Amino acid sequence: MTDAVNVPSAKPSWLKRNKLAVAPWIFLIPALIFFAIYVVFPIFESLWLSLYEWNGLYDVDGNSTAVWVGFDNYVKLWDDPNFWVSLRNNIAWLILYMLAVPLGLFIALFLNQTVTGMRFYKSMFFFPFVISQVVVGLIFGWFYNPDFGVVGTIWKAIFCEETVNIVGNVAFSCSRPAPDILSSPEWATYGIIAAGLWPQIAYCMILYLTGLNNVAADQIEAARLDGAKGWKMLWYVVVPQLKPATFIAVVVTVIGALRSFDMIAIMTQGGPFGSTNVLSHYMYEVAISEYGERYGYGSSVATVLFGIMLFFISYFLWRMYQDERGGR
Amino acid sequence: MFPRPIEKSTPAVRTAYQAFLPFALVLWLLPLLAIFLTSIRSAADINSGNVFGWPSEFAIIENYTAVFTQSAAAQYMWNSVLITVPTVIISVALACLAGYALAIYRFRVALPLFFLFVAGNFIPFQILMVPVRDMSVQTGLYDTIAGQFLFHAAFQTGFCTLFMRNFIKALPFDLVESARIEGVAEWKIFWYVVLPLVRPAIAALAVLIFTFVWNDFFWANVLTQGETAKPITAGVRALNGQFVNNWHLVSAASLLAAIPPVACFFLMQRHFIAGLTLGAVK
Repeated sequence: MTDAVNVPSAKPSWLKRNKLAVAPWIFLIPALIFFAIYVVFPIFESLWLSLYEWNGLYDVDGNSTAVWVGFDNYVKLWDDPNFWVSLRNNIAWLILYMLAVPLGLFIALFLNQTVTGMRFYKSMFFFPFVISQVVVGLIFGWFYNPDFGVVGTIWKAIFCEETVNIVGNVAFSCSRPAPDILSSPEWATYGIIAAGLWPQIAYCMILYLTGLNNVAADQIEAARLDGAKGWKMLWYVVVPQLKPATFIAVVVTVIGALRSFDMIAIMTQGGPFGSTNVLSHYMYEVAISEYGERYGYGSSVATVLFGIMLFFISYFLWRMYQDERGGR
Repeated sequence: MFPRPIEKSTPAVRTAYQAFLPFALVLWLLPLLAIFLTSIRSAADINSGNVFGWPSEFAIIENYTAVFTQSAAAQYMWNSVLITVPTVIISVALACLAGYALAIYRFRVALPLFFLFVAGNFIPFQILMVPVRDMSVQTGLYDTIAGQFLFHAAFQTGFCTLFMRNFIKALPFDLVESARIEGVAEWKIFWYVVLPLVRPAIAALAVLIFTFVWNDFFWANVLTQGETAKPITAGVRALNGQFVNNWHLVSAASLLAAIPPVACFFLMQRHFIAGLTLGAVK
């Protein structure tokens, strides 16, 4: 690293002499201020607010009406069955969402060819990731509909007989009624996760396609000469080389699983009977509900979710730190 | 190359593969195709239960115009544009500056600050929700376009800075070094040496942030209430309530909402994928 510039000057000003120490701050300040106001401070404010009870209102003098309650919100949370259901669903999301990583890899392997039109196929397979989760939620809400959705229609074709009564109305008599996935407390969450997997698989697929592009060809050829093929080749030669892609796929999938909100809000709004709630949606529900705002309680739910996320974030940062030290 | 290139297989396998591809694609996009077919059906088809078979008539123009004439969809779309474009400009601009600072200068807090941006990018939105909403209400930014793009810009700055810093770090440092020896001012190095080189990163970030923010739903709910500032994602949900059982209209509206990011993706595919997969290769 060079020191100050070699400009001959009798007595350089302080600013000139410390140019390299001052400059980065000037470049950083706009982003830092913005980020601090909207991201960093609110985190601490939320943590702090979780120790209060507050309906979000201010009195005439403009003072907040929040009341200090200490850890009361957390005690309430412990006894709140909805919280535990949400937490359990979050774990289900985390585990099942991980399926996107291997499934994405398999689709990538399937598509990693160079036949004509392959570029088109690859981008079409990636398509679900580009559209909004709101739209994905609406599509699947309709897809699962037992009366006129795709699931219902296929079910009717398999299990039902069409009968026409005397008046000429068409009715269906089914050996088993079509499943109403999103209205079933046991199945609704899995239905939403399956819908959420669709764009997530596409995301993992594109990560792996890029990764596969950069797998060292000579190593593959060498392994082939040694007789490796199929699963063995995949597991011992290819997958280790895909490590960076896998790392990112896992990161975005974990984040995506814990952030799941849109699909739940669109498909079930946490119902039936709160059975599909996750912490992110439950927090929104308690903090801004039609029964009045409960900012303090909501913040305590957010804090728990933040704690879970922090666990993963620390791991990711630690990994990045190792890379930084090793890399340069 | 793995798996073994299909050209090296027997012609039978090759034909089978090529025949299977379109089939797999249709299966993969089945939900999307189904909703597209629904969006061009007539109301009569929906009511008579013909939702999966071939449409009895095509009502593509009727349905898509109905979305605009019977709802505030046009307003929602425009709001989305007004929220998304400033977000892209602000966050990418701030990230160019911050990424440059974090990549080029070696100062003690460079890495911790970088990690601050990275971590901020991963946190759950809910931990920000109450304070940001409260702050917006206090400053009169609640239920406005500006209230939304200011927040999005600040939040996306985290991701953009992560991206920019890594991109600039990968540039040859000699360029900066030799410019310094020439006595070029720091901001001129940024403007004339580094900025032209990060154009691909700017393009990638622009399409990504556009898509992320266009598709945002959570903040649209937290920071707006009326029609005046609602983006299309939240608008589609409102339409869903308004068009109960008019699945052909809901489908048409959802597909309309998806068009801009999809168009953006297909037009800028290379940049889009380069942006998403940054770091997927070493």
